[in-house]
Amino acid sequence: MNPDYLEFEQPIAELEAKIAELRFVAEDTGVSLDEEIEQLEEKSRALTESIFAKLTPWQVSQLARHPLRPYTLDYVAHIFTEFTELHGDRAFKDDKAIVGGIARLDGTPVMIIGHQKGRDTKEKIQRNFGMPRPEGYRKALRLMRLAEQFQMPVLTFIDTPGAYPGVGAEERGQSEAIAQNLKVMAELKVPIIATVIGEGGSGGALAIGVGDHVMMLGYSTYSVISPEGCASILWKSADKAPDAAEALGITAPRLKELDLIDQIIEEPIGGAHRNIDGVTRAIKNALVASLNRLQELPTEQLVETRYERLMGYGQFNDPTA
Amino acid sequence: MSWFEKLVPSRIRTDAKGKRTVPEGVWHKCEQCSAVLYQAELERNLDVCPKCGHHLRIGARRRIDVFLDPEPREELAADIEPVDILKFKDSKRYRDRLAAAQKKTGEKDALIVMKGRVHGMNIVVGVFDFAFMGGSMGSVVGEKFVRAVQASVDSQSPLVVFSASGGARMQEALFSLMQMAKTSAALNRLQAAGLPFISVLTDPTMGGVSASFAMLGDIQIAEPGALIGFAGPRVIEQTVREKLPEGFQRAEFLLEHGAIDRIVDRRVMRMEIAQMLAMLMQQPAPESA
Repeated sequence: MNPDYLEFEQPIAELEAKIAELRFVAEDTGVSLDEEIEQLEEKSRALTESIFAKLTPWQVSQLARHPLRPYTLDYVAHIFTEFTELHGDRAFKDDKAIVGGIARLDGTPVMIIGHQKGRDTKEKIQRNFGMPRPEGYRKALRLMRLAEQFQMPVLTFIDTPGAYPGVGAEERGQSEAIAQNLKVMAELKVPIIATVIGEGGSGGALAIGVGDHVMMLGYSTYSVISPEGCASILWKSADKAPDAAEALGITAPRLKELDLIDQIIEEPIGGAHRNIDGVTRAIKNALVASLNRLQELPTEQLVETRYERLMGYGQFNDPTA
Repeated sequence: MSWFEKLVPSRIRTDAKGKRTVPEGVWHKCEQCSAVLYQAELERNLDVCPKCGHHLRIGARRRIDVFLDPEPREELAADIEPVDILKFKDSKRYRDRLAAAQKKTGEKDALIVMKGRVHGMNIVVGVFDFAFMGGSMGSVVGEKFVRAVQASVDSQSPLVVFSASGGARMQEALFSLMQMAKTSAALNRLQAAGLPFISVLTDPTMGGVSASFAMLGDIQIAEPGALIGFAGPRVIEQTVREKLPEGFQRAEFLLEHGAIDRIVDRRVMRMEIAQMLAMLMQQPAPESA
């Protein structure tokens, strides 16, 4: 099995392997195999399209965690200039599962805050698999305050399995750290744009996810609990994760339909990692467009609109209304 | 037979068999110290074990009853009902779970909000009913919390919320998660109005409830022994693969780590809260009840 492809993508991997083999033979022998290669490439495209046309929510959640998927710093490098990372919560330590700093977006100074996963084993451990501890949220909070002080919009990138369930995290007040962010983000006097780029895992995601405009990449997910976690609680078996993924409605199109997010940024077929330049352009365009719109609003109106939007979350039946 | 019983005439000896057939529910065994307690006495003691001080979980209506002055009381937003937005179905349908919880508790959802008085002082109180789907927070709980905040602001009175919740309600999926943001945001309005919010954490207060308004009290109080935290102890144990420290995530542990202001015994909760609120509101001390 090719580890660069998910289980349901293996037929594509096989075709791609054949194409690579033909190329190698052609180069080695000097025999032109262009026609055969072109045919196979066409076949691979068609196969990819047909597989990606009917992805299940569970497959999407696997794509959102794809090992090749671009992470926050990959996008930051492509979208912004002069990115200057700022570290630490000033109280305990620098949590590497959340990165932040100032940069320019098309010349405009902005504050960037995002979850960060690691690529190789060493970095994965350093970044704690993108699972922040309280100091990560407190660093984020510090940077938001800084952004407010200097009138810089806050752009967040969400990609976490969730807040880290550990002894130290509880001792240092994980709950309070998340709660504090929710409260402060609700009234921050600068525009906040949140983009889910991979996994939007529960409170750990929301802690940097309250904003004026919430976007999701096409194959990202956003959920109150992981499908596995939900399955093991409600179905009493983690094997039911595909059912839980379906029931929870974690995909971008479903959440847009429910009006819980504002915008979907389409990904190339095969996922963001198959064409990072294309995705980068799409994210940048979306950020610039919504930022232009939000920056026109007077601060009071910006904060009031955000408040109304937060108050609008939820569906219930009120017979007296 | 003891020497004393031998002396007692047979006609006034009580039949040992008859003694055991006490009506059900008259006795309660404390899960902490195993003392067998007389139910009526336990109730008089606000469901705190008189032997060891263990705080038993109590229902929402009873909590309100022992906390508020008898008059006046006005329930707010009592008619708001949950809806099954996603047609969520696991081993059971959410619809059926709701119906069962409503039948069991007599409540529409897991949070009850009331306007009333404590030692003569006007307050708004919210109380979670853990018996209603584990006190989980969905759209109704979020909305009622916001209404409680509004009522506080409108009546210029402080807010007290007793939490008892497993966290966000999975059956409402991302709608539940968003209630964390909604409830936390609302507290900015209370703060702007200069009104205090006392958050009382009771057993258990976990997950999305603890990671939102419940940890945003101007004063944070917990009942003795209450389990309070973000991730559940079992999840943490599975992640770190080691035994958790003694008393982990209990109220005393939180006090030790600086996460809460005070641990308050249920039997003096009413008076303590009234006193604190009076000070925060720059009012004279409440008359002792």
